[in-house]
Parts: sequence; C-alpha cells; structure tokens
Amino acid sequence: MSFFTRTATTSLLALVAASPLQAESLEVQIGYLQWVPDQGPVLSNVIPEPEDAGLRGAELAINDNSTTGKFLGQTYSLQSNVADTEEAAIAAFDSMRENGLELFVINAPASTLKALTEKAGDNTLIFNAGAKDDALRTGQCHVNLLHTMPSYSMLTDALGQWLNQRRWDEVFLITGPTEADKGWADAFRRSAKRFGLEIVEDKPWTFDADLRRTASKELPLFTQASDYDAVVVADVRGDFGEYVPFNTWLPRPVVGTQGMSPLAWHYVVESWGAAQLQNRFRELAGRQMNSEDYAAWAAIRSIGTAVTDLNSASPAEIRNFLFSDEFQLAAFKGRKVTFRDWNGQMRQPIPLVHPRGLVATAPFEGFLHPNTELDTLGFDRPESECRING
Amino acid sequence: MKTLFKRTALAAMIGLSTPALASVAYVSNEKDNTLSVIDTETREVIETIDVGQRPRGILLSKDYTKLYICASDDDTVQVLDLATRKIVDTLPSGEDPEQFALHPNNKHLYIANEDDAIVTVVDVDSKEVLAQIDVGIEPEGMAVSPNGKWAVNTSETTSMLHWINTETFEIEKNIVVGQRPRHVEFSKDSKIAWASAEIGGTVHIIDVDNLEQVHEMSFKVPGVNQDRVQPVGIELTSDGKYAFVALGPSNHVAVVDAQTYEVLDYLLVGARVWQLDLDKDEKHLYTTNGVSGDVSVIDVEDLKVIKSIKVGRYPWGVVIDPTS
Repeated sequence: MSFFTRTATTSLLALVAASPLQAESLEVQIGYLQWVPDQGPVLSNVIPEPEDAGLRGAELAINDNSTTGKFLGQTYSLQSNVADTEEAAIAAFDSMRENGLELFVINAPASTLKALTEKAGDNTLIFNAGAKDDALRTGQCHVNLLHTMPSYSMLTDALGQWLNQRRWDEVFLITGPTEADKGWADAFRRSAKRFGLEIVEDKPWTFDADLRRTASKELPLFTQASDYDAVVVADVRGDFGEYVPFNTWLPRPVVGTQGMSPLAWHYVVESWGAAQLQNRFRELAGRQMNSEDYAAWAAIRSIGTAVTDLNSASPAEIRNFLFSDEFQLAAFKGRKVTFRDWNGQMRQPIPLVHPRGLVATAPFEGFLHPNTELDTLGFDRPESECRING
Repeated sequence: MKTLFKRTALAAMIGLSTPALASVAYVSNEKDNTLSVIDTETREVIETIDVGQRPRGILLSKDYTKLYICASDDDTVQVLDLATRKIVDTLPSGEDPEQFALHPNNKHLYIANEDDAIVTVVDVDSKEVLAQIDVGIEPEGMAVSPNGKWAVNTSETTSMLHWINTETFEIEKNIVVGQRPRHVEFSKDSKIAWASAEIGGTVHIIDVDNLEQVHEMSFKVPGVNQDRVQPVGIELTSDGKYAFVALGPSNHVAVVDAQTYEVLDYLLVGARVWQLDLDKDEKHLYTTNGVSGDVSVIDVEDLKVIKSIKVGRYPWGVVIDPTS
C-alpha cells in the first residue's frame, strides 16, 4: 500500500500527461430510469435484493466509456432517477427529455416501459434493461426500443438445452402465483417443447404457510410423483423457491428461478476477462454485480462503442451502427454480442449458475442454427412478428 | 517400482543440476499458482515451481539470468533466479499485473495493471516506480519495440493501442482497433507491429514509422463457428517468414505468411490456445492451451503438431530460455 502513496505523485503527473489529444469534445448524456414495483412480502427474505440493482451497472459503464472517451475527446454523463411510483418514473422521463436527453436505459416493468417508449419522440433510443417479458420481443416491439436484458424465453431455452444435453428430460414444474411467475413458466413450457422435455407434473404453488417452519413437511408431499429427473421452479420474486432444494419427494436437482438458474449475469462468471469486470464493479458498488447491473452496463457500453466509432451521439446514427455489421461488443461472455435486427434483442450467451459456482454456459454444442448459435436462445426471426428494421 | 524410482531420481537429478544441461520452457499455470518447467529435448515436465497467486505473464531478462512473473492476485512481479530456480525477489507492480514487457536496456519493465487502467514502469534494479501512465480500461498486452523506442499497451475494453514514448513515458498516439485487443508483437526490425483483437477476431498490422494501420487480417477456421475464432498470442519467426497466431477457443493456431499476410494453414492444438513461443533455433513452437491444461509443440518446418504435454491448470504464458 505504501507503494501507492509513494507513486501517487507520479500517477498524477502521468494523468496530466495523458490528457486528451483532440481539442474538440463531444458530450454524451445518458438517462437512467428505474422503477421496480414492490414485490410484496416473501417467505425467503433472508438475503434482500440490492435496491440499486441496475443503477450501479449504468454508473460503471459510464466510467468505462469515459476512460475510452478521454483519448478521443468524448465525455459521458449519467442522469439517473430511481422512482417510487410509475407516475414519478414518467415525470422523471419527461423532465430528462426536456433537458435534452435522447439516450435512455430503463429498468422498469413492461407496461411502464411501453408507456415511456410511446411518449418518446422519433429521435430517442431506449434500452430495456429490466423487463424480460416475451411479448416485448414477439409482437409489441418498438422501432426505437432495444433490449439488453435477456427475455424469459432466452433464459428458459438455455435451461431447456442444458436439461436436454444432460438427458434429464422428465421434469416436475412448480409455478408461483405472480404474473412474472406465469411468464417464466410459459416460456419454460415453450422451451420444453423445443428441446424435447416432458413436463410430467405442472403444479401451481398455492400454499401460504411459512415454509421456514414446515418446508421439510410440505414440499416432499407437494412434489410426489412416480418419477422425474429434475424439479423446475418458476418463482421470480423468490417467495418459496429457495425452500424447494433438498425438500423434494425424490432425490432430484432443483433448477429454474432457484437452485441452478439461467441468468444474464452472476458474480461467479469469471472467464473471458469477466473477473476484471466483477472487480471493477465490486470496487464501485461494494457489492456483487447482478443481471440488472449487467443489462444496464451492456446498454451504455453499446452506446459507448457506437460513439467511439461515429464520434456522434445522435440516436439515429447510434441505432444504425448497432444494427450494422460494424458493431461488436466484447461483453465478457466469451463471444461478441450483437442485436437481433427484427426485435432489437441483444444476443448473448446465458450462464447457468448455482449460488457459488458456474455450471455451464448456453448455447451448447450441437444446437445448430443457420446464422448464429446464439439465436437458438429465445424467439428467432420466424417466430417473432416484429420487424423493427423493415 | 524400480524403474519408477530410477526415472524420478533421474528427473530429480536434472532438476537439481544446473539448468544448462537441458533446454527448458517455462509455463505459468494461472489456476495452480505454479510454473511448469519443460525439458525441450524430452518434452516432459521436469519440475513444478510454486509461485505467487494467479501467475500470468512471464518473461526473461535480456541476459537470460532471471524470469519475471506477474503474480496477478498478489499484486506483485516475482523474480525467479534461473540458476537456482528459486524466487529471489519481488518488484512493485501496481495492482493486478497481467502482462509486461522489458525494454532492451534490461532495466525498464512496463507492466499493464489490468484492474487500474494504468501502465506502471519499474526500474528492475532500483525497484523504483518511474512512471504510471493512464491508459484505457483493462490494459492487457504490453510490448516494447526491439529498438527500444516505443512501448505499446492494448486496453481490452477501450479497444485501443496506446503508443508510449519510452523516453518521456507519455502517450503519443492512440489507435482504435477491434474489440478486446490482447497482444502486440513487433517485427525484429521494429518496423511492423502485429496486434490481435480477441472479440473482433482480427489482427491489425501497424506501420510503426507512420503509426498507422496498413492491413487488417481476419481468420476462417473450417468447421468452427466464427464467434469462436479469437486471436490472442502472436509469435513471429526472426527470418520474417511466418507469423503464428493463437486463435483461442477455436483451438487452432493460424500460420500466416508474414510478408503477404496470407493465412497458410490452421493447426489444431489444445483447447483455448493462449500464448506461444519459439525455441532457440526456431524449429519448434510451444503453445499454452488454457482449457485443456496442456502445451502443444508444433514442428515449424513441417507445420505439424507433434506433441502435447500436460502441465498445470490453465496454462497462460510460455517462454523458452534460449541459453539453456
């Protein structure tokens, strides 16, 4: 440590020396809006979700962009708002637009996102870094809306491929009561069909007892069936799902929203330079990076990559660049990520993780696609009605 | 039992005796915190040396008496004495050193500090930090031109080559290349620099006199998805004939005509090939294969892979001591 105090002066000098070489400067302003509705009381409330999930990822990406920008005379700034209500989110959006912002990252439910997108003018580019709803990618697309958050179907296809290649093809599905749970479970049912899995039991979760007392008694009975290879849980908010592992009738693994989960990001991802991203994030936020942080980070890094090439912050030019062959983003997932031109979804590998380790990364070898294996995850062009690029 | 004992005894003897007896390659094993020492005659691991945490970049001093090791998670550069194969010293390195390059003056070590967006220049004799230079995010590749004029750093997330004047320690030029630039290699005459971009899938040829890109190469490995063709390490033969480019998870090394930049062949090696080094007479090329945990040996004349040698977990760097 003394080494650093000793070299602080040197460092400062070097900093001045490496000041921008280009005189002209471009200022890129990005708005980050977050509104996450209260999930209601959950049984599994031991480990709370961070309230700034998404925001800190956006901040990190601004730092990353700025470091590149300082060599090119480009500066980046973030205006952020974490709203308490949908009305407050919409008001914040309006005020940011009045301030001249045209580039937005939004972490909010699908309905809010749609309302904001419709309000936005033509000269706006919005990145969805929160809503996973498939409807936003299959029919309700918007020409100026891109998605860095993977959809439910991308996540469940990753899980479906994995179950298929493990030959664990008979599953017991438990679905929670919320809309999100149903969205996740619907996506999984589609994945099951695609990857030849049989759902031997498809049961809704209806219990309302506190499982911390009775999980060991209730769940074995609930998961009784003649046989299955795995239990799949659809419990997006984390209500009862954490109590399913080790409490099943048969000694079987638990996968889905709990147990082993397909996610956009998790702190156990370390390959392909991800360890450095995780370190940078931890230093900034004092906690681990999660999927919301990653989606917001990827959105702002996409903007940064476009600005580096274009030296322009025009939403239309950035949008064109992101859909062109020129665009490639090193997103710490082992291969470049790009955007699907029919619905604006960012193609990306999906890690399958358990709380302390990486199990595998989808797509898996053998699941073929004529264009890119990454399009074996989620709704492919022929399965989506969206054609946002004509 | 008897033969086993004999063989071990022999190996131990080789290990104990002066390394001059056998020509050796040093391989850093990122996830084992060790170096594997390979006898290049028998092509077997003869010794495994415990080093600091997460060893990645390794290089030889210009007089071939020391091996410098980036112990990334210990935030230090370790110095291995080649005569005794013992760690004899450490150098200040800044945080998370990953790759480094030694100036021809044998004194100035340029270290990329991956977590800090800094290049640290250390005097290896006085252990003084001479400069810390701000570069892009995740500085990775480091190279110093053989004539000593330029130090080049690649920053992975910023996707730039930063050209540092070795007299002033100031950046004089930034060149944007493909995504995730990993490695820079200079031609012997310091006129051409080769830079690989892992996610871009490209190798950029830079004219050093004008500091401008003159050519961009891409690769197509038959039967391998384009996404998995990820150039990392580069090694040039000193006669200017070949460039070898490690293509990461495509598990192939590209053989390139160093004059025309035409790809001549793709050689199948181990999984996720990383870095490469030629032996003394440039007859054999050694590659580290991170995922399969081995080293492939390529016969340069026949352009054929002739052996794979199991080393530690996640072998990262390889250097061959030409004097041994």
